[in-house]
Order: sequence, then structure tokens, then C-alpha cells
Amino acid sequence: MTTTVFHERQDQIHRKGEEPFQMACDRDSLAGAVSQRACVFCGSRVVLYPIADALHLVHGPIGCAAYTWDIRGALSSGPELHRLSFSTDLQERDVIFGGEEKLYQALTELIDRHAPKAAFVYSTCIVGIIGDDLAGICKKVAQEKGIPVIPVQSEGFKGNKRAGYNAACKAMFQLMGSGDTSSISPLSVNILGDFNLAGEIWIIREYFSRMGLQVVANITGDGRVADIQRAHAAGLNVVQCSGSTMDLAKMMKEAYGTPFLRVSYFGVEDMAESLYNVARFFESIDPEMMTRTRDLVREELTVLHPQLEEFRRALTGKKAAIYVGGAFKAFSLVKAFRLLGIKVVLVGSQTGTEEDYRELHAITDDGTIIVDDSNPLELSAFLQEKDVDIFVGGVKERPIAYKLGVGFCDHNHERKEALEGFVGMHNFAREVYSTVMSPVWRFVPRKASAGLIKCLDADLASPDPVEAVASNVSIG
Amino acid sequence: MRAKPQPYVSTTNACKLCKPLGACLAFRGMEGAVPFLHGSQGCATYMRRYVISHFREPMDIASSSLGEKHAVYGGGPNLKLGLKNVMAKYQPGLIGIATTCLTETIGDDVPMLVKEFVRDFPEVIQEHGSPALVSVSTPSYSGTHMEGFHAAVAAAVAQLAAQGLPHDGIALFPGFVSPADTRYLKEILADFELQATVLPDISLTLDAPALVEYETLPSGGTPIPAIRALGGSRAAIEFGRTLEGQSSAGKVLHDRFSTPLHALGMPIGLRETDAFFSVLEALSGRGTPVNHELERGRLIDAYVDGHKYLFGARAVVYGEEDLVTGLTAFLAEIGVRPVLCASGGRSGRLAEAIRDVTQDLLPEPPLVREGVDFYDIAEEAEALEPEILIGNSKGYHLARKWGVPIIRVGFPIHDRFGGHRTLHLGYRGAQSLLDRIVNARLEAKQEASPVGYSYI
Repeated sequence: MTTTVFHERQDQIHRKGEEPFQMACDRDSLAGAVSQRACVFCGSRVVLYPIADALHLVHGPIGCAAYTWDIRGALSSGPELHRLSFSTDLQERDVIFGGEEKLYQALTELIDRHAPKAAFVYSTCIVGIIGDDLAGICKKVAQEKGIPVIPVQSEGFKGNKRAGYNAACKAMFQLMGSGDTSSISPLSVNILGDFNLAGEIWIIREYFSRMGLQVVANITGDGRVADIQRAHAAGLNVVQCSGSTMDLAKMMKEAYGTPFLRVSYFGVEDMAESLYNVARFFESIDPEMMTRTRDLVREELTVLHPQLEEFRRALTGKKAAIYVGGAFKAFSLVKAFRLLGIKVVLVGSQTGTEEDYRELHAITDDGTIIVDDSNPLELSAFLQEKDVDIFVGGVKERPIAYKLGVGFCDHNHERKEALEGFVGMHNFAREVYSTVMSPVWRFVPRKASAGLIKCLDADLASPDPVEAVASNVSIG
Repeated sequence: MRAKPQPYVSTTNACKLCKPLGACLAFRGMEGAVPFLHGSQGCATYMRRYVISHFREPMDIASSSLGEKHAVYGGGPNLKLGLKNVMAKYQPGLIGIATTCLTETIGDDVPMLVKEFVRDFPEVIQEHGSPALVSVSTPSYSGTHMEGFHAAVAAAVAQLAAQGLPHDGIALFPGFVSPADTRYLKEILADFELQATVLPDISLTLDAPALVEYETLPSGGTPIPAIRALGGSRAAIEFGRTLEGQSSAGKVLHDRFSTPLHALGMPIGLRETDAFFSVLEALSGRGTPVNHELERGRLIDAYVDGHKYLFGARAVVYGEEDLVTGLTAFLAEIGVRPVLCASGGRSGRLAEAIRDVTQDLLPEPPLVREGVDFYDIAEEAEALEPEILIGNSKGYHLARKWGVPIIRVGFPIHDRFGGHRTLHLGYRGAQSLLDRIVNARLEAKQEASPVGYSYI
């Protein structure tokens, strides 16, 4: 194990229970360590991408646009301009003589062709070096075309994904304040930090609608420019994926006084708690909302409870590992696994903060490995050491799990399965079940040779966590 | 037939990838190699995801993870630190260092930095088994992933191959072909009893079996000593009709060691494969082994059996230039009518290559477009009323829009399973492609039919 971990990274790994909690994080990735992280551009691109009626033009060489073409499950109920990949495809001569003219022409051409409601122009590494005046060109085109044209300062090397989130938030903030707010009720919210993967934001919108709330803007799943332009008048910002859109919530609070709440829609506990917190926020204007919310949760749990039972019976006693981009998702996953009777033995993220890791430390069991900015060597070693049954991560983590003969659940932006909401918990349980219980592991040499194939008997004597959550949340 | 001038300034849905990605793929086919990108962290991560989604295999790409201060003061220290770290944790046989647009633009001199590293840290290098260090310049703002791929192979040969003792072996540079293709090529060479070094060889590194132990680096790949010994090869074969005029591994061997070079088209379809086999016959001094003769015979038999389902079907072919050339040669043989051959590459040689492989077969030459994106392809193709698309997954949206079948070949195949096991080359690959195309036509016809015959 010690040979797997770089000396420089030892303080980015914590084993709960072995020493007092202390973890380093928010550092530049170590050269040569094969970090799973991406770049500033990636951070901006993931946040803004789902805004479906905007033009997203990547100003740079072709790779940055090519690798982000229609790879995510962020659905739109209307326009699908976001699914096209636009680039200025900078060439050597542009690098030498500057790319401003090409950018101007490309923007003009694409706006004429697609008539978008706004355009985002992403800066890339090379633009940061050659020093094109992105803001100047955007301003000029905005004037000529009469739509917002917004530069996104997302030069890849200027930090990590979090810096990209911030740049995206700044870009969206520029849109705000200009829309007509006359039809916005005080009982209204903006949904921040949901990207409508596999239609998830529609699930959440339906919950809010049942609670009696108007949703003003989706930020950014199934997002629309006009909604963002009037989002500042909503009664509350509900912020999921706090790493990506919290900066925007803070900017809105400062500029427009819009309050915000942190929420999570993953797992039964966090989903219910999020809805209750929102209902509680509006209690003074709508005292009945809490009742409606309780009814909603009860209805959903009545359906979900028996569905989960079967999975839980089979999965109790299994061990899980989690490695995700932002740590917020990990909090909910730890709880969701617990609900299924699964123990989390490894949890990590690419860009967690000290506060995030402290929280992970608080909610995990002794012996759990907590890791920041990990890499394939570490992850593969940890998975073996902890002998896990299921690994939750993204595409880059998948082959690590499979090569080790470990089940896998994709919880990243590429996934096409809705995992949010109560129905999402059912999907999640089914996905975990379908990978953990597959017969294929019996044939995997590593497991077969080590006699690691386990008995499928579940521990039925443990208390029923579903019951516990249902009774807890119904108290409100 | 000439490539028309680019009508649009903007690019929409590119039909190409960037240069460093090609270099990483090529390095992955060298034994014990770790591809290493000198640039910001995102490049490595994006490419890993893209490659993993096709091959469903681990693909570790190291990065020097440059930040803002390195962009100002130079990335040298991080490059060296990264090399040390990769050596310490992977014990690689080779580190393939490719540049990115960032490091090219800030002016990092990578060959010099590598020299300094070798000079300053001999003990570190020795301690970790003296891995080979190969560097290649791959600025993303010029060329495509194919130029990056060929540049990396050429760099490995140029930097490692030495004037050794002449030997009986031959070199085969297949270009970017699938693991299944590579395995098949090795089988053919073995059947001819030829000692051959295939470079790169991703047959195992990007299509590995389930194993007892987790491999931090995949087994397989072209052995580094074999690359070093390429200077003594008695002949080299290189696939790619559009490579002419570009630097390539075959030309490096030829120029430096006077190795006779057989520059061939990618052997897709009957005649391009015949050309390959006739070179193998000449080099081995023996006839085509009977099992391959039989495969050839069955292929022609299948050409005949299938011809009526295919005749005159209008096809759009897109992707890398040499793949497009090979596929077009094959399609012309089976009576399909390629109406548009398109590539994001811009070698300037695609039209000529297509003409060379089709001119005695097609009543009129297909439209050939270099340097295009999928927006251009759609615009050109719409009037041509294609009935079938042949290319990678990224053309799926067009097939869907037009309601025509798509035959997924090449890279990437992100929306189907087993894309990396696709066989394209040789008699066997042509047989597989033929079956798939005929069946796609039958399926389309059957599904559109009001009768729904189950006997066709």
C-alpha cells in the first residue's frame, strides 16, 4: 500500500479511526500522478452545457470541443442546441497571428445560422497564452446581434475544475437581472446545481409543483436563457452540487438578496430532508406547504419502501467504494448505501474541500479510507485492500472496477439513468443490485482463485433502515 | 474531386480529434509504456475518458499538470517531476511524452528538457530500470489525431531504432487499427512464418483478458528491444495511402537505414488485401497459406452471394483518411456506390488515393471532401440521398435523421458494445464488413416492408 501512494500525497488520504482527522486538499494535482481530475474548461463546460437554447462556442483547438460533444445525459424538453459541438478549431496561423478575427467570424456565422438566445464563448489554454481579447469580441458581437454574448474565462491551466465552476457562475450572473419578473410568485424557487441527467430535474420540478412552488429557472439542466435572465426574482435558490453553483447563489444573495438552501436529491433521507427544508423556508407564507410535503414524501415512500426491501435483503453486508467529482454527492451516497445495508469503506472526490472531507469523516464508519484527488494506482490498491463489492464513479473509474472483478455504478455526467428523487433511489438500488448480484463475478479469475466469491445469504436480522427513515421523515 | 475551400469559419461537430490523443494511442501499443502529456491536467483526463469509452479498458495517461505559474515560467520542472513520479510508481519500459497546444505555445523545448533530465537524474532513471524516453511534438492546433499517431510511431523509431546487426525480421506499421485487426495481422504474419515487429501493437494492451492480478500497466505491446532492433530489419511495410509526403516510421527506417519500404494502402477489401499478401509472399518466399487462400475464396463467394443486395446503394463514408480510402476501395468492389468520402483530416491526398483505388470500378468518382466537419458532411450528403453510412459513432445523428442504417467502424464507437473488437482488415475483415452491410440492408428493407417476410 505505502508503495502505491506518493509521498507528496500521503496527507491527502485519511483512514478514519487511525488518527485524528486532518486532510490536505484543494491542491494542484501532482505531476505524473495520473489524477482523475479535469481542468478549468471542463468545470465551466459541465455547468453551462445544459443551457439548451444558448450557443456554446469553444474558442481553441479542436480537442476541447470534440471531447465534450454530446457526451452527457443532460436532456432538454425543447431546443437542443447544446448537443452540438462548436469550435473555432484554431490553427497554427491563428496561434501566431491571433484568433480574434476567426472568433468574430465564427460567432457571427453561428449566431446567424442558429439564432440562439445567448452565446457563451469558452476560453481554452491556448487563448489564455496568445491573449485574444475575448471580452472585446463578445461585446462587439453582442451589440451587432442583439443577444448576450458572454465570455467564459475557462483557460484550462488556470486552476482546476472548481475555478471553472466559478467562471461559469460569473458568466451566468451576467445574464441575470434583465428578464421580466412580473409573473414570479413569492412562492418560487430556482433549481441550482441540477443538470437534468436522464430527466432528473423534471422529477424534482414535479415535487416542487406538488408542494405548491413555482420553479423560475433550471440552473442549468433543461435550462433556458430567458429563465436565467429573470431568476433573480425567485423566492429561494435551492442549491445542489454546491461546488458547481454555490458561487452563483452567493453572488445572487449579495446582489439581489435571494436566499439559498443547500439540498441533495440523492437517497431517501437527503431527498426528503431537502423538501422539508424548502417547505420550512416558506412556512411563514404558506403554512400548508409542510403538510403537502409530508404527504408527498409519504406517498413516495409507500411506493418505494417495498421496492427497496428486496434489494436490501440481497445487498446487506456488501461493501462499497465511492469516488466522485464533487464531495457533496458522496455524502448522499454514503447514506443511500447505508439504507441498502451496504457499508462504505472508501470514499473520495476530485475536488472536495476541507469542510467536505470533515463531513465525510463525520458520517462514515471507522476504517473508511477518505481520499482527495486520487488516481488509478491508489484506487485499485484501495479496492483490493478493502475487498469491495461495488464501486461508484465515472467512466474513468469503471475499468478499474471491472479489471478487479468489482461491480460498478456510473454516477457521473455521462449516465443515462435517473438517480435523483425517490424514483432515483429505486433506480440506484436496482443498478447496484444488478451489478453486485450478477453471476459474472464467479468467473473472474481474481475472485475465483482467491475464493472471494461470497455466500449470497443476506443478514436479515439487522434493523430495517427503510422503516427508520420513513418514520423519521414523516415527523418532518 | 478536389477538396473545396472551407466554406465556413466555424467548426460544428468535428470529424477529427486532436493530435495528442493519437500519440497517446500509439504509445499505448508499446510494451510497458506510459503515455505522458506535457500540458494541463484536463487534456489527459478528457482523452482517457474518450479512449476508455471505446475500448472499455484502463487507459492511464500521465500529465505534467501545468498550472498558471508554469505557463508563465515554463513547464520544465513539472515535466521532470512528472517523469520521476511515473518511473517510481509504474516502473515503465517507456514513457511517451507528447506535447499539447499549451506547452508548444509557451515554447517548452521538450527534447532539450528530456536531455537535461537524463543528464541530471541518471541514478533515478537507472533505479527504475532505465525506461526509454520518447518525445513527440503534437500541438493540437495542427493536424488531427492521425498525424499525432503517426508522429508518435515515427518518433519512437527515430529515437530508439539503432544501426544494429541486420536481421531477418520485418517491420509492420499498420497505423491506427483495432486490437482485433492487430491480432489478425500478427496471425497472418505468423502463418507466413515471417519474423515481424508490429508497431504499435494494441492487441493486448487495449483488449486485455480478465486476470488474477490487477495490472498497473497492461501486458503486451511492441517490445522495446524489438523497436530498438528495427534498424536491422530487412524490409518494412506501412499502411496508409495518404501518408505519402508525411514523415512516418517507414520513411524514417528507409531514410536512416535504407530499409526497403513497401508503402501500401490499408488492406481493406479484396484488392488492397491482395496487395498486402503479395508483399508477404515476396518477403517470405512462399505462397499464401492455404487457410488464407480459403478465406479469400470464401470472401469472393460472399461477394457474389451478396451482390444483389448492394448494387448501386449510395453510401457516405467518413473518418480518418486512410480508413476512408480502404473502406471506399472495398465498397466499390462490392457494388456499393460511395457518393461522399469525407474526412476531418487534410493531407491533400485523399482525393487521389480514392481515385487510385476506385477508378476502374466506379462509373463516376465519389465526391471527396477533406478537412470537413459533420455539418459540412450533412450539407453535402443530403442532396446525394445516402442509403447507408459507414464510419464511427459520431455520424449516428445523421443516420438517425435520415433514417438510414449506419455501419460502425473505426474510432470511436461510443454507442455500441465491442467496438474495439471490430475487424476491418484483410479477407476476414472484409468478410465481416460485408456481412454487416448486407444484413443492415436486409434489416432496413425488412423493417420497411408491409409484408414482413421472414424468408428473404
